[in-house]
Amino acid sequence: MNMKDISVIISGFGGQGALFAGILLCHAAVLEGKHTTWFPSYGAEMRGGAVNCCVNISEGDVPSPIVDKADAVIALNDASQTKFESRVKTGGFMIINSSLVHIPTTRTDINYIKIPFNDLAQKLTQPAFVNVMALGAFIEKTGILKIESIIEVMKDMSKKVSAKKATLLPNNIECVKFGANIIKNQLITV
Amino acid sequence: MAKELVKGNEAIAKAAIKAGCQCYFGYPITPQSEIGEYMGAHLPDMGRVFITAESELASINMVIGAGTTGTKAMTSSSSCGIALMQEAFSAMCCAEVPGVIVSVMRGGPGLGNIAPAQADYFQALKGGGNGDYHLIVLSPSTVQEAIDLTYRAFHLALKYRNPVMLLADGMLGQMMEPAEFGEYPYKDPDVTEWALNGANNRKPRNIVSLHMPEGEMEILTNKLFEKYERVAKEETTYESYMTADAKLVLTAFGTVGRIAKSAVQKARKEGMKVGLFRPITLFPFPEKQLNEVAQNAEMILDLELNKGQMLLDVRSAVFGACPVEFFGRTAGGLLTPDMMFEKIQELYKKLEHKTEAGVR
Repeated sequence: MNMKDISVIISGFGGQGALFAGILLCHAAVLEGKHTTWFPSYGAEMRGGAVNCCVNISEGDVPSPIVDKADAVIALNDASQTKFESRVKTGGFMIINSSLVHIPTTRTDINYIKIPFNDLAQKLTQPAFVNVMALGAFIEKTGILKIESIIEVMKDMSKKVSAKKATLLPNNIECVKFGANIIKNQLITV
Repeated sequence: MAKELVKGNEAIAKAAIKAGCQCYFGYPITPQSEIGEYMGAHLPDMGRVFITAESELASINMVIGAGTTGTKAMTSSSSCGIALMQEAFSAMCCAEVPGVIVSVMRGGPGLGNIAPAQADYFQALKGGGNGDYHLIVLSPSTVQEAIDLTYRAFHLALKYRNPVMLLADGMLGQMMEPAEFGEYPYKDPDVTEWALNGANNRKPRNIVSLHMPEGEMEILTNKLFEKYERVAKEETTYESYMTADAKLVLTAFGTVGRIAKSAVQKARKEGMKVGLFRPITLFPFPEKQLNEVAQNAEMILDLELNKGQMLLDVRSAVFGACPVEFFGRTAGGLLTPDMMFEKIQELYKKLEHKTEAGVR
């Protein structure tokens, strides 16, 4: 897949980093000179609450920051799958965090990519980052941006946070690369 | 200058600082709290004034205080918070006190909810304050426009000695997109002619909104309305998108305007002649320009996140040139491109049917 324009909904519970994954994606899009919008659910971003964001990336202008149907949905928990399964375009795909999602899928006109992100991430590194691993898989699947752009954005961000937080950069880089490798080397067969 | 990814609320705050805002007074409320947070993080370090006021009422009265000295000052709030400021807006217009008010609309009435909405069009344009007065009201649809119109708000406030409101909604406040902060592009007028800057070696001045002598208030009000006419003549701005050959023209302001653009693009792909007319200044409303568009159109569809508020100004501008339909959601319900597109299809079919039957 090598897409030029894309809309994606990233959803999970507060604390999983769904909103942050969207922000990383947008920063990387800006870095590559693309147009992008990020629109979050807001107000209830507490740990455990349901959160989502809609991200558009395009070669041209993005008039509407909201979409009826997205090209892709990243569902980090089961509530996200329930809520957004119907919002994937026909022919689109859904990346599902199968470590936490155990409910059956219901559509035949979209592709499902089930990856146990929590299990994989925890085996890979501690602390682990499920959101950036899912992001890595998404980027590799779509080809919308370069993984290097996400890594550059993370490096840049780590310069602006506390020294303690900055020590998490290598783990983040490892997770995003691993996420991409899952798709690239077909480590998970669906 | 490179584009940076920035949140609507932060963009407004940063632009205000670049515009030379010396004082920010505010009271936190979702969905605009990031404006105050940004101001609090930056203004004190720059030697400027940041105060978390005890209420919205206090905030706007602090803006009056700063404004009378010719100082660039601003407050920001949302729906129910802006409601508390109405009395002061009226006083500012009467006393010709400049100031910038950012209103990031949420669902109402009452305390409502925190979702994006546009139900404070009447509040901003038709006033909750007393007397004959107008705020200048600017309506951004993108983060870039929010920056540009924040600059413009500070300039217009001083140029016309009138409060200027930047009327945004929760979607624009909360969303992020790339935008550019150029330098403040305006040359502001000299304020020393009227500002309360200390009566050392000059006659004392008095800036008030009480005018008791017989006839004085009418003379003043007429003067204010001559000013509003000047504002209308010189400052009216709007975006006209694919309206030249459009049979059906959408009208929408703010973020609904940009979402409507997606619907127009979709309709055009299907061969429907649809356009968009988006007022950027809500006061002054681009009345004449919309009327010209309506003269060549067969129908107007007004789209808003409320029960039909700008609709009144649209109807008044169209003045019977063609039928005006309305489609809206309110209290946090969003209009998506597909919802708009379905409505467009429904109305467009009616138009074609009419044309075929020879009835116009």
